[in-house]
Amino acid sequence: MNRARLVRIIGTYGVLIALAALILFGFLRYDRFLSFYNVMSLLRYNSMFALVALGMCFVIMTGGIDLSVGSVAALGSVASALASPYGIVPGLAAGIGAGLAAGLINATLVTRANLMPFIATLATMQAASGSALLLAGNQTVSVSYESGFTAIGQGNFWTFPIPAAIAVVAYLIGSLVLNYTGTGRAVLAIGGGEDASRLMGLRTDRVKFLVYVASGGLAGLAGVILASQFGAGQPIEGVGWELFAIAAVVVGGTLLTGGSGSVVTTLAGVLLLGILFNVLNFENGMGWISLSAYWQSVIRGLFLLVVVLLQARLTRRRLNAL
Amino acid sequence: MTRPPDGPSPLLLDMRDIQKRFAGIPALADASLCVRSGEVHALIGQNGAGKSTLIKVLTGYHRKDAGQVLFEGEPFEVHSPHQAQVNGISTIYQEINLVPLRSVTENICLGREQRRYGLLDWNAMHAEAERLLSRFAIGIDVRRPLGEFNTATQQMVAIARAIGFSARLVIMDEPTSSLDEREVGVLFSVIHQLKAEGVSVIFVSHKLDELYEVCDQVTIMRDGRTVRTAAMKEIGKLELVAAMLGRDVAAVEGHATAFGERDRSRIADVMFSARGLGAGQAVRNVSFDLRRGEIAGFAGLLGAGRTETARLVFGADRPSSGQMTMEGAAYHPDRPADAIAAGMGFCTEDRKGEGIVPEMTVAENLTLALLPKISRNGVLDDSRQREIVERFIRELGIKCSGPNQKVRELSGGNQQKVLLARWLAMNPKLLILDEPTRGIDVGAKGEIQRLIRRLADQGLGVLMISSELEEVIEGADRIFVLRDGVSVTELEAEAANEEKVLTAMAHGTSASSGATT
Repeated sequence: MNRARLVRIIGTYGVLIALAALILFGFLRYDRFLSFYNVMSLLRYNSMFALVALGMCFVIMTGGIDLSVGSVAALGSVASALASPYGIVPGLAAGIGAGLAAGLINATLVTRANLMPFIATLATMQAASGSALLLAGNQTVSVSYESGFTAIGQGNFWTFPIPAAIAVVAYLIGSLVLNYTGTGRAVLAIGGGEDASRLMGLRTDRVKFLVYVASGGLAGLAGVILASQFGAGQPIEGVGWELFAIAAVVVGGTLLTGGSGSVVTTLAGVLLLGILFNVLNFENGMGWISLSAYWQSVIRGLFLLVVVLLQARLTRRRLNAL
Repeated sequence: MTRPPDGPSPLLLDMRDIQKRFAGIPALADASLCVRSGEVHALIGQNGAGKSTLIKVLTGYHRKDAGQVLFEGEPFEVHSPHQAQVNGISTIYQEINLVPLRSVTENICLGREQRRYGLLDWNAMHAEAERLLSRFAIGIDVRRPLGEFNTATQQMVAIARAIGFSARLVIMDEPTSSLDEREVGVLFSVIHQLKAEGVSVIFVSHKLDELYEVCDQVTIMRDGRTVRTAAMKEIGKLELVAAMLGRDVAAVEGHATAFGERDRSRIADVMFSARGLGAGQAVRNVSFDLRRGEIAGFAGLLGAGRTETARLVFGADRPSSGQMTMEGAAYHPDRPADAIAAGMGFCTEDRKGEGIVPEMTVAENLTLALLPKISRNGVLDDSRQREIVERFIRELGIKCSGPNQKVRELSGGNQQKVLLARWLAMNPKLLILDEPTRGIDVGAKGEIQRLIRRLADQGLGVLMISSELEEVIEGADRIFVLRDGVSVTELEAEAANEEKVLTAMAHGTSASSGATT
């Protein structure tokens, strides 16, 4: 029993310990690691991934997966860039709307057509990617600088980056929904046993429908931030975002099979991965090693593999202890 | 929740002429079930009699094809377990249908969460969970994941959940199968409380003694039909069992199977013996011997522990008590591989799930377990494989277009033969057959039965489990009757008849006289 508890605690809070250790390492090794500029640009950049990971977190907790988030974000960035001349609100609405539409398709395919989430969202991934290229005419779409649209990605709230503030608010809402609403608890129950949940009288399809729509909407919002931050809608961005999001969720201690997870530690997972790549950049900057972007990809891949392997072992032990 | 006045209480549930087909095959043909307010109603029947389907129709899990359901006098039609729950029908399923990763509180309160300012009120929910569990004299940390607790506690949590919905009707599908005696006592006292509050209970169980202890009425189902409804105190155990199995106790028929007469002189020395085997609640005390060339039959109701005992013998599960010997030496299998090495084979009851690989060919299925023996340096020896496969197709009369036909395309009887051949190819000394003729048409059934007898004539020891009474009585040389995990009676073939076996299944003793209910 106590052993089970210990394993559970490590599974849940291990990411926080690792995060603290990594920050300490960076602080000791690099002069400007904890500089105001580095911290704020880190938060600004990773806010997009945080939003995508939040949606992914809910989907994974139901025992599903959403592979389409990266290309949906790309589609959202294009849609919002096209709408940006009309102002902030139309830009936001276009990006989020495109995301919600993709999420709606995923939700329908999974709950109505009973497709496996892996297959359904893989199809949406392709379709969204194609739509983004079509919409953008096969090139990046510059955003309007006059309408104030760029404030979403580049602006500050006092001195705090606006996209990071959006992510924080989204995580607060997500945490509230997960821990203090019936829908949130149903998300976890479905992941822990879908048939059992249905027999318990939960409306499983409705809850699953909601998480896929939410994941799409959040990916769309991430796309808006992408366009606003870099000044252009980018139809070919978003490749590999789904892997980053899945990794962040898993690093955060959420079971890849669903049924157990946390929103807060998912955020910690995003930060851990974000800081890790930041550290790799610093290493490059120090000149000790020279890592091309390709090598960074390889290192990221290996890191994710290690994390997933560790979690699989931990999960097995945890389920055995149950 | 008012107490009904004296005299018969009003009908709470009235299900009539319910029909349900799955892929054209009738699961319910003409099923009826009437339950009065404040009544504990037993629903019994063999495997496949339609009890679970009837319950799932009532709770909206399946939709009925025809028939009428009245609940509290009103037509009742729900499309989901959720609607059934809201309308006052709660169900505790046979397998505990809860979510082990989530906390006890969540498992009890999911679907009717308590809120404060629109958000979940965890304190109130924990208190509610503790209050409900205290009725069962269970004090546990409701914040911990359900999976950390033992099966009995989980079962109690399932019951607490059902009761928490202030149900008018609680359905319990074999609620006691995972409880020990003390816990069963606690459950019964809860049932009595519910009854006193005017709540009705549908109680599905295979343990006859329990039914007499707690139930008022009984509905007996067989082959998707309701065959009898009676007051519990007006029907004897023997009558109950006979109605479930569809046997007329008075009439003993002629030969109904193809086993035929056996020359038992060739049955030799004891090859395998088990003494006092036990494992959990399912197997409590089982002893039997099996001789070379003998067919030993296990008879018993569902849940009597027949398959569970076979799994212990085959090393699929480990016994917690008792001894086994094989050919005079102590035998402690840790895994099926040990049993196979000792010369055993096991044709499981679940042919599709555990036996054949439907997409593979006859030849591949047949030699699956033999691969190491017919390979040379890891490469399959084609000619040896063909030789073995062709021999068994011929000897067992497997009807197929050839060794390369996919097993999926064969009939149930021929699939069973392929499975038998797979074990026979290993040259076993002892073969366990769990329901060898289930789901097989009559003609093929006879062939399988003749085949079993021929194998025994050749010196194979056969342990045969069957729910078909005539198969055991006519096919076995020696019958062991199991009841609630205990081997209660051993009958020699000459001395066995239906009445004796039925009596042992019902009362736990073969003495047909002096038995009381």
